[in-house]
Amino acid sequence: MKALGKRLSRVGAYCRRNPKLVSGVSIILTLVLFWLIGSLLLSPTRAQPISGLPDQPPSWRYLLGTDSNGRELLAVMVVGTGLTLRIGILAGVIGLGIGIILGFLSGYYGGLLDTVIKGIVDVLLTVPPLAVLVVIAAVIARAMTLDFMIVIVASLSWMLPTRTIRAQVLTMRERAYIQVARLSGMNSLEVIVKELMPNLLPYLAASFVGATAASILACIGLEALGLGPQSLPTLGMTIFWSISFSAMLRNMWWWWLPPIIIIAILFVGLFLLTAGLDEIANPRLRRRM
Amino acid sequence: MSLNYLLRRLGLFVVVVWAAVTLIFFLPRLASERNPIVERMGQTAASAGKLAEGVGKMVKAWEAKFGLDQPLWKQYLRYFRDVLHLDFGYSLAYYPTKAIEPIIRALPWTIGLFGIATLISFLLGSLGGALLAWPKAPRFLQYLLPFFLTLSAVPYYLLGLVLLFLFAFTTRIFPLSGGYPIGTVPSLSFPFILEVLRHAVLPGCAMIIAGAGFWALQMRGMMIIGLEEDYIAFAEAKGLKGNRIFFRYALRNVLLPQATSLAITLGQVISGAILVEVVFGYPGLGTLLLKAVSGFDYNLISGIVFIIIIIIAVATLLVDLLYPLLDPRITYQRRVK
Repeated sequence: MKALGKRLSRVGAYCRRNPKLVSGVSIILTLVLFWLIGSLLLSPTRAQPISGLPDQPPSWRYLLGTDSNGRELLAVMVVGTGLTLRIGILAGVIGLGIGIILGFLSGYYGGLLDTVIKGIVDVLLTVPPLAVLVVIAAVIARAMTLDFMIVIVASLSWMLPTRTIRAQVLTMRERAYIQVARLSGMNSLEVIVKELMPNLLPYLAASFVGATAASILACIGLEALGLGPQSLPTLGMTIFWSISFSAMLRNMWWWWLPPIIIIAILFVGLFLLTAGLDEIANPRLRRRM
Repeated sequence: MSLNYLLRRLGLFVVVVWAAVTLIFFLPRLASERNPIVERMGQTAASAGKLAEGVGKMVKAWEAKFGLDQPLWKQYLRYFRDVLHLDFGYSLAYYPTKAIEPIIRALPWTIGLFGIATLISFLLGSLGGALLAWPKAPRFLQYLLPFFLTLSAVPYYLLGLVLLFLFAFTTRIFPLSGGYPIGTVPSLSFPFILEVLRHAVLPGCAMIIAGAGFWALQMRGMMIIGLEEDYIAFAEAKGLKGNRIFFRYALRNVLLPQATSLAITLGQVISGAILVEVVFGYPGLGTLLLKAVSGFDYNLISGIVFIIIIIIAVATLLVDLLYPLLDPRITYQRRVK
């Protein structure tokens, strides 16, 4: 019990030294809470068209007003935040998973495999994900579903994690403790899982957040072009509808402003999280400010 | 610069072009089993209100005309040949013009606005970021950091929407949309150029402000590490002036990784630019892409995507080839062991 308290106070002390990490985590948690409490209080059906009167300004009945199709915007924000978080986490997990496998294969084993993987990563990194997404989305058009979008976005988010992990593995491979582990009879898999992975944890976490942010950015961009899943009230789709119904010219700020604010908060949170994780991985950055 | 490096770099460029063509050719064919000819005939038949006889025959005839009855690899080779001649087929929305014509008309707008905006934001951001890490910089800069930080996290086009609301809708200082006033004919006259600039201010600012924050943060991180190097301590010990240490010793040495990340992030910059154009109705590739998407103009879509990938590939190639000028440590000579 005493040990636990000591440990907690040590964690607390570290958190004070790394305010970016703390504020990043708390911003993301706030959004999660907003989604949780919102979905408890508001039924998701209120985010569907004709659940309220169209074009209503904020009032006690409709806290954030309604859009021209009669969606209640507060409910849309709640559902949209949940969907965006889900997209980010799933695409981040898949992207990081592929990145870990390829990065370790490439960095640890080297040779021909390394050349091939590095080449593919270099080529694919120059292809903008949004471009590929637009091609696919334009072809399947109405048939776009959330899960399909996640899979496509995830399949384009593994390149940067692969690159980062490969570079780190390359620098660690020749360290003394890895050689000791190898000499003491560990096989490659054991070395990777027991020695390399724990030391790479901050990098893996930063890569995960990076892949998540990139996936969310791509998805919202796709939705803002009107190419997301048509029937779901995502944040990007809300922006698309507000542009195509010229909400700004009709002075309906409650339509176009809330999704922008939520997206901005989300990206600032993710950004602080990455910066905080970077400080763990690279303590020299912590100096000054 | 060694010939070996040049050849390898050009080789990578060729591979990127090949990958782009291959992706654009195979992705739609993998993603959907639909036959575009049948689809199109169905739409025409539906709008005519009756089903014409011999539709099957017509489908066959069109398939032969577009080469869709050939085996896949023959179609692929043919597509490859066409694309390398910048022939993406006819545009459906602008029929009977070829898809390449509206692209060529839109291209200067995109490259002009976003090329310049990216350059400005890169230079401004890098300088600002370097100053943020520099101990002798004015103190007020430190207070700008959280501001930069927040802006760098927000996507360009969302910032664009906010700017649009503040400076075009509420105060009407700048025009709401477009690249030049409706009704004027593009020309090289002075008033027209002035109007073009006036229309470019808001979309340009959206990219410069959001972009500068990103570059500033990255530069700051590298500068902090760079300032710990021995040659900085040596320069200080020699009694060199602060300015000289900053520009010639500290800044110059961290510019290379910064330029590398410019090349890497260009893809994302372009994706952001596409959406900024959509928000401002700017007459560039992004707005054209939106039109093509909503009109299901497949040839135009693939043409735009191909051109965007090529722009990025060329820009990356240029950055890579300019490295030796930025950093004399790199010679691309093979090191003698």
